[in-house]
Amino acid sequence: MARVYIFKRFERFWHWAQAALIITMLLTGFEVHGTYKLFGWGKAAEIHSTAAWLLMGLWVFAIFWHFTTGEWRQYVPTTHKMIDVALFYAFGIFKGEHHPYLKTSNRKHNPLQRVAYLGVKLFINPLIWITGLFYLFYNQLVAAGYVGLTLGTIALAHTFAAFLMLLFLIVHVYLGTAGHTPTAHFKAMITGWDDDVNDEPQGAKAQ
Amino acid sequence: MKMIKQALVMIATLAFMTPAISNNAPETPQPNPKLLKSTADHSKFKELQQTFDSGPAVTKACLSCHTEAAKQIHLTQHWKWEYRNPDSNQLLGKKHLVNNFCTSVTSNYKACASCHIGYNTDGPNFDLTAENNVDCLVCHDQTGKYKKPSGFAGNPVTKDTEFPPGSGKIVKGINLSEISQKVGKTKRQTCGTCHFYGGGGDGVKHGDLDSSLDNPDKDLDVHMAKDGLNFSCATCHKTEGHQVPGSRYSVTAMDKEGAHMRGKADKSNPATCQSCHGQTPHKKEAKLNDHTDKLACQTCHIPAFARGDVPTKMSWDWSTAGKRDEKGKPLVVKNDEGHDIYLGIKGDFVYEDNVKPEYYWFNGKVKYTLSDDKIEKANQPIWISKFEGSADDGKSMIWPVKLFRGKQPFDAENKTLTINHLAGADDSAYWTNLNWDKAIAAGMAAAGKPFSGKYDFIETAAMWPITHMVAPKDKAVGCAECHTSKGRLEKVDGIYIPGRSRDHFGLLETGGWALVGLTLLGVVGHGIGRIATAKKH
Repeated sequence: MARVYIFKRFERFWHWAQAALIITMLLTGFEVHGTYKLFGWGKAAEIHSTAAWLLMGLWVFAIFWHFTTGEWRQYVPTTHKMIDVALFYAFGIFKGEHHPYLKTSNRKHNPLQRVAYLGVKLFINPLIWITGLFYLFYNQLVAAGYVGLTLGTIALAHTFAAFLMLLFLIVHVYLGTAGHTPTAHFKAMITGWDDDVNDEPQGAKAQ
Repeated sequence: MKMIKQALVMIATLAFMTPAISNNAPETPQPNPKLLKSTADHSKFKELQQTFDSGPAVTKACLSCHTEAAKQIHLTQHWKWEYRNPDSNQLLGKKHLVNNFCTSVTSNYKACASCHIGYNTDGPNFDLTAENNVDCLVCHDQTGKYKKPSGFAGNPVTKDTEFPPGSGKIVKGINLSEISQKVGKTKRQTCGTCHFYGGGGDGVKHGDLDSSLDNPDKDLDVHMAKDGLNFSCATCHKTEGHQVPGSRYSVTAMDKEGAHMRGKADKSNPATCQSCHGQTPHKKEAKLNDHTDKLACQTCHIPAFARGDVPTKMSWDWSTAGKRDEKGKPLVVKNDEGHDIYLGIKGDFVYEDNVKPEYYWFNGKVKYTLSDDKIEKANQPIWISKFEGSADDGKSMIWPVKLFRGKQPFDAENKTLTINHLAGADDSAYWTNLNWDKAIAAGMAAAGKPFSGKYDFIETAAMWPITHMVAPKDKAVGCAECHTSKGRLEKVDGIYIPGRSRDHFGLLETGGWALVGLTLLGVVGHGIGRIATAKKH
């Protein structure tokens, strides 16, 4: 085990900015949806739209970053040790066992993380993004001759995606406490340095 | 040093000269406060320098110069009290409608004609062709002194007259010569003499038109404000050849055209909001423009009607009329504010002010229940006038509406609304005798309609478009008043309103939140498990 600089500066900025924006959008989004009153509907809608543009801008940068740095490979799904990791969270964690997945800087996500993050990036995010843009520009689309899903259906899909994002957020934050110490993952995500990393890359088979 | 001195002298000289230069600049033309807008001073016309003993005598003088005016008036609803709706083919207008206020003009012309722009309007067959019977003064009076008292068939009274005869009450005569010499353009007060007092009193009928608009402040009407834009009615109801546009008998519910421009031929209704403001009037908050495809401007910009401290009548129950006080006179009951809430001659009323409108899809077509239409008590309330439209007909907008409820007589055997004889000195008028049998029989006879002799009361409702009393933009209806559950638009179907829970898909809501709850429970349980087991290791 070694202390390794695992999260680059942009990656950390992207992560936390995205976290703040997603929490803001969940808070305001469910108010716009009519679940509760918090900021007042008009204000909530305004914040929600502004945050949406910021988040989309951030995603453009993040996508660019992932492809130019090759970091996208971190999210290629694998079944290697997937059962072990699942069993660890179900049982081993209560017995004081060490996490079965030994991370290295070029494969820093365990197989469950990989599949979860990939799901967020390839399913939840695009669904929110596309339904959100349809929602925002519904009038202009209709004026331009669009005849497709009604606003109600678009809103339904958008809300569905929001629920998925909320579920992800809850589990993600909780598993953040499940490092070798409760704060280890948070520290790593803030400073970039993780002291529970294998300095020897694992065998190529693991890819 | 010398150069500095010279420079200082130059600057000082220039400083002195500058005011002189600006004084010599060409003046921007300032309007002369004494400048008359009109090219004619009617007090200088010989034709008007005479004593007029009747309205038609004045009109005769008017028409000696304004030769075509009466012919123009003869083409209007104001004159004919009749309008055939080209879509429904229904014959409408005051001459034909039965409403749920005083119900019908038919046998009550001498009273109702106070609001006809004509003289000698003494019955349903009043002379439609008489040019001298056109009442110029009621619209063009500038003095506020012109009056057409009830009971005189639309005629002004020029000599003090006892009315009703033998009552000892004197109707004062007015000086038509003075009034005629001061005529001018129509203004809020002239239109208001009738349109503010429809239904028998100030603000009674429309809800968005009452005497508070004589001199409104900006909060009450952003366009008519006396210290602001100071619009008259005709600023929007832009009239040519006496043909006033913007009738509620043929409403422009949806106007998809741009703002009108000088020099450009525009055939569309000039009284709509869009005819000045266009389709995208919201500059600062562009998202608001996304509402203009479904919402009439009035829906947000008129947050409430009867906002000028003049309450409007919201319901009228004729079925309770007929009570007398201990002296045998028709009973009068007033509320704390001095408004009648019960009259022996009329029944029970409800007055309200600052009323939030009801909202309906409206495509501009209004279906009336006319005196020949069959009605059933099972279908109460009977719609005296009902706005048509729906979310998906492509022609409708969500409109604010005054819903006026009534309960009025109908023929229980022939199943029709009745024509009721109310006003008049005769024995059969309801307001004289409080006897429905006689009043209905006389009314139906005047209308030439059959009456079975059996009457009952039936609940009715009428829709009135709310379009006046436009508030300043900071007083417009806020987002959260509709984007919520149980909000202003709760009952409006066929549209998805973000924030309105009746539009939610129940399964997603319950499933989503159940899953969120279970997940929270799961992580909390997992966490407790970790804490509990951590001590063992």
